Amino acid sequence: MAGSGAIPLETAGPAGAGMKTVFSITLALFASALMALGTPAVGQTAADCLACHADSGMQDASGHSISVDGQKFGASIHGSLKCNDCHVGIKEYPHPEKVAPVECKTCHADEASGLGGSVHADKAEHPCTSCHGEAHAIFPKADSRSAVYPLNIPRTCSVCHGNEAMAKKHGLPNVYPLYMDSIHGFALSKEGLLVAANCQSCHGSHHILSHKDPQSPTYKVNIPKTCGSCHAKIADDFEAGAHGTAIAAGNLKAPVCTDCHTAHAILQPTEAAFRMQTTPLCGSCHKDKLSTYKDTFHSQVGSLGGYVQTARCWDCHAAHEVLPASDPRSLINKANLVKTCGACHAGATVRFVQYQPHANARNRKLNPPLYFVRLFMNLLLAGVLAFFAIHTILWLIRSRYDQVKRKSAKGDKHA
Amino acid sequence: MPDLEQLSDRNREQSVAKERYVVRFTRAQRIMHAVLFTTFLGLAATGLSLRFSESIWARGVAKGVGGFGAILFIHKLCAVVLTAAFLIHLKEIFVRGVIHREKGIFWGATSMVPNWKDVKNLYGHFRWFLGLGPKPQFDRYAYWEKFDYWAVFWGMVVIGFSGYAMWFAPFFARFLPGWALNAVLVIHGEEGLLAILFIFSIHFVNTHLRPDSFPMDMVIFTGVESEEEFKSRRTDEFKRVAGQGKLEGRIGEKPAAWLVNFSRVVGYAAILIGLTLLVLTLSAYFRE
Repeated sequence: MAGSGAIPLETAGPAGAGMKTVFSITLALFASALMALGTPAVGQTAADCLACHADSGMQDASGHSISVDGQKFGASIHGSLKCNDCHVGIKEYPHPEKVAPVECKTCHADEASGLGGSVHADKAEHPCTSCHGEAHAIFPKADSRSAVYPLNIPRTCSVCHGNEAMAKKHGLPNVYPLYMDSIHGFALSKEGLLVAANCQSCHGSHHILSHKDPQSPTYKVNIPKTCGSCHAKIADDFEAGAHGTAIAAGNLKAPVCTDCHTAHAILQPTEAAFRMQTTPLCGSCHKDKLSTYKDTFHSQVGSLGGYVQTARCWDCHAAHEVLPASDPRSLINKANLVKTCGACHAGATVRFVQYQPHANARNRKLNPPLYFVRLFMNLLLAGVLAFFAIHTILWLIRSRYDQVKRKSAKGDKHA
Repeated sequence: MPDLEQLSDRNREQSVAKERYVVRFTRAQRIMHAVLFTTFLGLAATGLSLRFSESIWARGVAKGVGGFGAILFIHKLCAVVLTAAFLIHLKEIFVRGVIHREKGIFWGATSMVPNWKDVKNLYGHFRWFLGLGPKPQFDRYAYWEKFDYWAVFWGMVVIGFSGYAMWFAPFFARFLPGWALNAVLVIHGEEGLLAILFIFSIHFVNTHLRPDSFPMDMVIFTGVESEEEFKSRRTDEFKRVAGQGKLEGRIGEKPAAWLVNFSRVVGYAAILIGLTLLVLTLSAYFRE
C-alpha cells in the first residue's frame, strides 16, 4: 500500500464541542465496521495512526516512546481531534521520520502568551505537559483525572516545588510540605474542599509572576486583594484598618495577610501555635509595645507554652481592622474599652478599663505612680538583701572561725 | 587505742542518755511551718515560672506540672491554703492575746514584737562578727527570727492583697484607681521575688546552713532541741525559764527516729528545691 502513493489525510481545525458526539458516533460505526471487515484500518481518523502507534513499545530514533493509548486519548479532552490537528507537520502517510513539535499555542494562544512572560517561560524546562500531564491524556480541569483538577494541583506543582534540590537550585523555599500542613492544605487533602485555596488560587496558572513583580497577585500590595477573592469580609476589614490604608498608600513596611499568617504554612488562627507566633511578629515593628506588653500578666501567663486564653495583640487591637485608639471605631477607643476588655473580663467597668495594658513602670513621665511603686519595691528588695547579705556573710565567717578554733583546741587536748 | 575509743563511746552513750530535750515549738506551730514552706515552694516554683515566663526552664516547669493552665491553678491553690493558714494564725493571736489576755504575746521576752534588746543584740552581733565584743545572748526569738516572722507577715499582706486584686480584678476595680491594677502586678512580682530571694538565701543560711546549725536546724520539725543547745543558743530564755523554775515543765520527749529521718528527707528536699529555684531565679534575673 505504501507504494501506491500517499493517502491524503483530512486536516481540520480544532473540533467544537458539538463535534465530540458526532465523532463518537463515527468512531463507533467505524469500529464496528473494522470488526466486521477484520482488516487493518486505512482511513482518515486517529485510528489510522493508531494502527502503528498503538504498539506500546514503539519508540523513535532517540528512544522516546511514541506509542499512544488510543482509549485514553479518545476519552481525553482532545479525543475528538485528529492527530494531525496537533501534529500539523504530518499530511500524508508514510510521514517523515522527523516531525515538527506540537505547538499547543496554535489553539491555546492566550495561555501560551500568559506563560510567555511568566516565571515558567522557559519552554524546554516547562513544557505544557509538565503541568497538564501526559500529552495524549489531558482532561478538562473540572475532571478529577486532570493534573490541574483543584484537588490534584498541589501534587502536580510539588513535582518541582516539593523537591529540595529544585528549591535549592532556584533559591525558592520548599513550600509543598508547608502548604500541605496548612489550613488550606488540610481542607483540600483531608476534606476534598474544591474551593480551598490551592497553588493556582493565589499564584495564577499560566501567567505566574515572581512575588517581586508588581503585577503578581502575590506582590505585597496585591496580597489583600488576592486573599480577599475568597476572604472578602476580612479583606474589607483589613483595608479599613491602619495596615490596609498604609499598604494602599504605598508603605511597604505595613504588614499584609501573609506577614502574620505566612504564605504557605497558614494555621488555624485559634490554634495555640498560631497564637504563640503572632505577638513577636507584631513586636518586630511595634518594639516598645512588645516590651511593655511583656511586663504584663497577659504576656507572662501567655508565654508559658501557649496559654491561649490571655489577650494577644489582636484580641484588643483587632486582627484586621486595626485602628488607632483615637478612631471611634477602634476596639481600644475609650468608648469601646469596657466591651473589649469585657470579652474576657466579665464585669469589667469603666474603672477597670483604666488599667494600662502597656504601662511602662520604668518611665517616670508616662506612669508616675507606677514608676514610684516600682522604685520603692526595688529599693526595698535591694536594701533588705544587701543588709542581710553583709550580715550573714560576716556571721558565716565568724562562726566558721570559731568552729575551726574549737576543733583545733579539741585536737590539742586529744594530742 | 581501742580502750580509749570504747571509753569515749561509753561516755557519749551516757551523755546521750542523760541528754534532755526542751520543747520549743508546739505541734500546731510545726504544722504551720510545714504548710507555710510547702505552699511557699509551690508558689515560688509557679510564680517564678510566670515572672520569667520567657526562660526555657519556666516552660519546663509549666509542662511538668501539667501544662500552662495548671501553673495558675497550682499558684492559686497554694495561695488559698496559705491564706487560710495565715488567717488561722491571726485567729490564734487574737484568741491568745486579746481574749485570753495571755502575757508575752504582744510584748516582752517571748513576743515577736521587736524591742530594744533586739537592737542591742543586732549591734552586739555585728561587734562579735568583727571580733570587737563578746557573742550576744538571745532570748526566745532572736532579732533575725523576728525579722523572718515580720517579713513573712508583711509579705502575706502585700503579696496576698496584690494577688487577690489580680485574681478578682474587676471586683477590686470598684475601690481601686486604674493605675493600681497596674501597680499590683509590679508589687506582687517584686515582693514575691524578694521573699524568694530572702528565704532561699538568707533564711536558709541564717537558720539552717550556717556552721552552728549545718545542715539543718531540726527544731522546727521535731519541736524539741537538746537542753545543751537550748542553753547555748537561747541563753537568756534558758536563764529566765530556769530562774522561774519552769524548766521542768518545758522538758519534752526525745524525738522518735522516724520523725528525725522523715524531717531530714522533707527538710533537705525543701532546701534543695529552694536552692535550685534560687539559682534559676538569679540566672533569669541577670539575663533579663
